[in-house]
Parts: sequence; structure tokens; C-alpha cells
Amino acid sequence: MSVDKTTVGRIAKLARIALPDEQVESMMGELNGILGWIEQLHEVDIDGVEPMTSVVAQKLKMRDDVVTAGGDAAAIVANAPQTEDDFFVVPKVVE
Amino acid sequence: MSELTHLTLADARDMLRAKKVSSSELTRAFVAAMERARMLNAFVTETRDRALEMAKASDERIWRGDARPLEGLPVAIKDLFCTKGVRTTAGSRILGNFIPPYESTVSQNLWDAGAVMLGKTNMDEFAMGSSNETSYFKPAINPWRARDSNENLVPGGSSGGSAAAVAASLCLGATGTDTGGSIRQPAALSGIVGVKPTYGRCSRWGIVAFASSLDQAGPMTRTVRDAAIMLSHMASVDEKDSTSVDMPVPDYEDGLEGGVSGLRIGIPKEYRLQGAPPEIDALWQQGAYWLRAQGAEIVDVSLPHTKYALPAYYIVAPAEASSNLARYDGVRYGHRAEGSHDLVDLYEHSRSQGFGAEVKRRVLIGTYVLSAGYYDAYYTRAQKVRTLIKRDFERAWEKCDALLTPATPGPAFPVGRKSNDPVSMYLNDVFTVTVNLAGLPAISVPVGLTENGLPLGLQVIGKTFDEATALRVGRSIELAANFTDRPRSWWMA
Repeated sequence: MSVDKTTVGRIAKLARIALPDEQVESMMGELNGILGWIEQLHEVDIDGVEPMTSVVAQKLKMRDDVVTAGGDAAAIVANAPQTEDDFFVVPKVVE
Repeated sequence: MSELTHLTLADARDMLRAKKVSSSELTRAFVAAMERARMLNAFVTETRDRALEMAKASDERIWRGDARPLEGLPVAIKDLFCTKGVRTTAGSRILGNFIPPYESTVSQNLWDAGAVMLGKTNMDEFAMGSSNETSYFKPAINPWRARDSNENLVPGGSSGGSAAAVAASLCLGATGTDTGGSIRQPAALSGIVGVKPTYGRCSRWGIVAFASSLDQAGPMTRTVRDAAIMLSHMASVDEKDSTSVDMPVPDYEDGLEGGVSGLRIGIPKEYRLQGAPPEIDALWQQGAYWLRAQGAEIVDVSLPHTKYALPAYYIVAPAEASSNLARYDGVRYGHRAEGSHDLVDLYEHSRSQGFGAEVKRRVLIGTYVLSAGYYDAYYTRAQKVRTLIKRDFERAWEKCDALLTPATPGPAFPVGRKSNDPVSMYLNDVFTVTVNLAGLPAISVPVGLTENGLPLGLQVIGKTFDEATALRVGRSIELAANFTDRPRSWWMA
């Protein structure tokens, strides 16, 4: 399987990465190089094989549903590019 | 000064305990070495003042008779580990001047054991790379150069800054992370020891996530003993990481000298690559000979799905990365594009400006293989192949206790040589990536030099949670190889 320019544009949109028109062509070439190489997986007989879901056999851990951290808004917004009081600031989303 | 920086971590520890040297003296020597080696670009952030403060506190504890296991030992931290109050970049522009308000569990464990932080090391952006060339901060440079050559070589990656710092004796040891070979490959290319523990042995909490089912932290050092010591104080059971395993952490230094007598060492035939340099094969055979001479039994084994490991990895890892890297939005931390007129525009431009070319490729590949209509053809198939790869190892363990393989398909290569061809760069990890897919522990040990004078390594793969045997076999190889060469100090300012 290979991707065309429209598909590259669509996945860039899904990934929320702006891809200028002049870069679509070269990105398409690079992605197809990688996807072509990955194609060899289709030689493998996977009939009746379960997909791996956990690397090391282990029961999922449970913990009490309690607050373990928090209450420090100042620390949380400290790294934000733009804030107002303890809020993150984004461009207007509702007219 | 140089005498102190050439100590092993174990010897430095013993000298500190015997009060033959103070941590302040030792730390000053390493700070000086670090500052004189900026040409190597091994560090993206130096923390001189913090190092000297930590050393002073360590000296006070040593004099009080209250020394902890790593008291006063200067180490470097890969810039993928969040360090409270110290900028953490993951080698990316998108994290900008991110200053974590928390400390990763692994680095906290090291500080709790008394270690001293020298700084944060360079790395491929988000640990995606095998040469350190995808770093936003320019590549780290390998301290090793080919005989009669002044050409700069890559230190391998993604933990390239850590490898360069350890190889150039700028620290006693460094942390790395290994998702497809990012500890073992740079260790081999830089002539040092690197250990990737079993998945779940070290907590991933506070490590900037790349591919969560593959990422694992481990030590990079100049000797196997040093790696065993460091690993004992990096690993822990951590309730902040639900995949951290509930097993007590052994003291990996115990039993290190146990030898290999009676052990069965498997040689997987699929690791013999067509077109690989003859030196790699010769060294591999030499390694098997060394182990046989020390009483191990060498057995041939087969891991039939080996050749599918890299392509499976390049589905699973980008898929997980595309999900993990969704958090970089230009809103909560890191780089934010100027002049965006709406929220989606802000996301798209912040990410486009903040991510480098390799990261974009992988996020797009990951987005594609997870998208509607392709999920089963790519992602589910890759996870099934992963099951088959794991099964290969389980069958091999019926015949052997550990595996011996080359660490890399070749020595360090010149900066710029492979950076325009993603797939040829990916092939660097052909011998290391199977281990990540199966969650196994493995160690890379430097064993010799090519004709051109560049280091090569061998890899020992252990069973799940059997780091101890892998380390013991690694130690036996280290003893036999007696690799004592050092890079020439051409970088000294």
C-alpha cells in the first residue's frame, strides 16, 4: 500500500501538523519509502496468532480511587506560553 | 584531574568510602572535564552549581558516616528524564524551556542513593534516531575517531550524548533509555557498556514518553560492574507506573563474578547478516570462543521471525508515538506558534514548527497505520508478528540460558552519512530491536576495535527478569576481551 498526496494531507490534518503544499510531495516520497519496506510483514503467516497486548505477563494493578497529587495550579500553569490567573489562554473558540 | 575522571564508578565509590578523595574533588574534576569537552556537544544543559552543592552535601554525609550506596558519585542524565527545576527538552524544540515541576522516578532513585547530577545529555529528538543527528541541539559527537582521521563520527543514538559523555570520561555513568536499541547501539558505537533491563524493571514515570510498550531506562557506563551498580539504584517498584513490576530489585553487583561455567549460550543463526562486515562475524565467533573457554556450552538456536522485527517495530513505535506526542499542543507548555487565528491553526503550526523532520515522519506513519481502514492491516498485524517474535525467544529458552549476538551491524559512521535515508538509518537497530518487542533484558559490551580503530560491541540477551545472568555473561566477555583502549582526547579545549 502506498499513500498519495491527498492521503498525506489527510493524515497531516489528523495529526494536527501543518504541512505546507511544497513539502507534501517530499513527505509522500519518504512515507512511501518506509511503508514499502514495512510491506514485507505481509509474508508472515499470522493465522490464529493473538496480537500482543502486554509485554510482560502481569495483572493490571489496582489502586484506591483517591487524590494523590494536585492543588497546585501555579506549578501546573508555570510552563504555559500564555496564562491568565490560573487558566491557559487559547485563541477564541466560541463566537 | 584526568586521573580522577578515568576512575570506574566502583573504584570512585571505594575511594570515597575510604576517604581517599572527596566528592567535591571528584565532582570538580568531572565539571572541568565536561566544560573542556563542549566540542563533543554531549550535554544540552550543564548543572555545575547543583553538582557542587550535591557533592558538598555528600561529603558531609560521608564524614558523618552516613553514606548511601552511590554517595557523591557524579553522573549524567539523558534529557528525556524530567528533572525538577532543571530544563528538560527531549532533544526537541517543542518542549522549549520546559522546566518540570517533578522528578522522574529513576533520577529520584539515583539522588536518593546519593548520586550527584552533572547535567542533562544530548539525544535524538524524542529518542527517535540512531545517530543523535535528529536533536534540535545539533548532534553529539563520538569521542572516537578512525585511525589517522579527523572526521567527526556519530556516537549512535538515541542516547548519544550519554554515550559520548561516558566514553570521554565526562561522568562516571549516565542514564539512557532504549526503545529499539537506544542504549545498546550508542554504547557499542562509543566503546562502553549499556544495559536495557526487562520491560517494567525501571519505572517509566517522569520519562518523556515515546513508545510506551517498548521504552525502558537503563545505565551506560565504562564497565559491566558499574552498570550493575547503577541499575541496582535505578530500578524500583513504583506505584506511579502501572507497568512497573512488583518484584524486589536484586543487588546486581552480587554474583557478577559467578562465571559462565555450565551455562548454555545460544547463537541465533538469523543474526548472521548478508553483507555485514567480516569483522562483525569474526568478533561474534571470538565471543563464543571466549565463553566456551570459560566453561559455557555453545548451542545453535533459531529465531525465525528476526527479519520481521524492524518492520513490526516501525508500525508499533510510530503508532504509540503518534498517540503520546498528541499532548504537545502549544497551550500547556513548550513552543507556541505566533499569530494563530484559531485553536486548530495554533495546534498545527506549533507542532509543525516544534517537531523536527524525523518526528513528523513517525507521527504521520503512526497516524496512518492507526487510521480507519488501515488499523488491522498494519497495527494488528504488527502486534501479531510481535507475538511470534516473543514466541521465538520462548522456544530458544528451552535450549539455552542466554543469547550472544553482535550489538550493531557496523561501527560508528560519519555525521551526515545516513541522515537522508530513513530506512538505512533504521537498519542500525537490526540486532537490538527484537529485544524491545519481546520485553527482554540485554547488555552491550565493548570487545574490540575495527581495523580502523573504532569500537565494536557484543550483545548478551537474557530471559525476562534475568538481568543477573546477562550481566554475568557480559562480565565474562569483558574479562576475556580485556578492552582497555580509550579514545584520544582530541576534544579538550
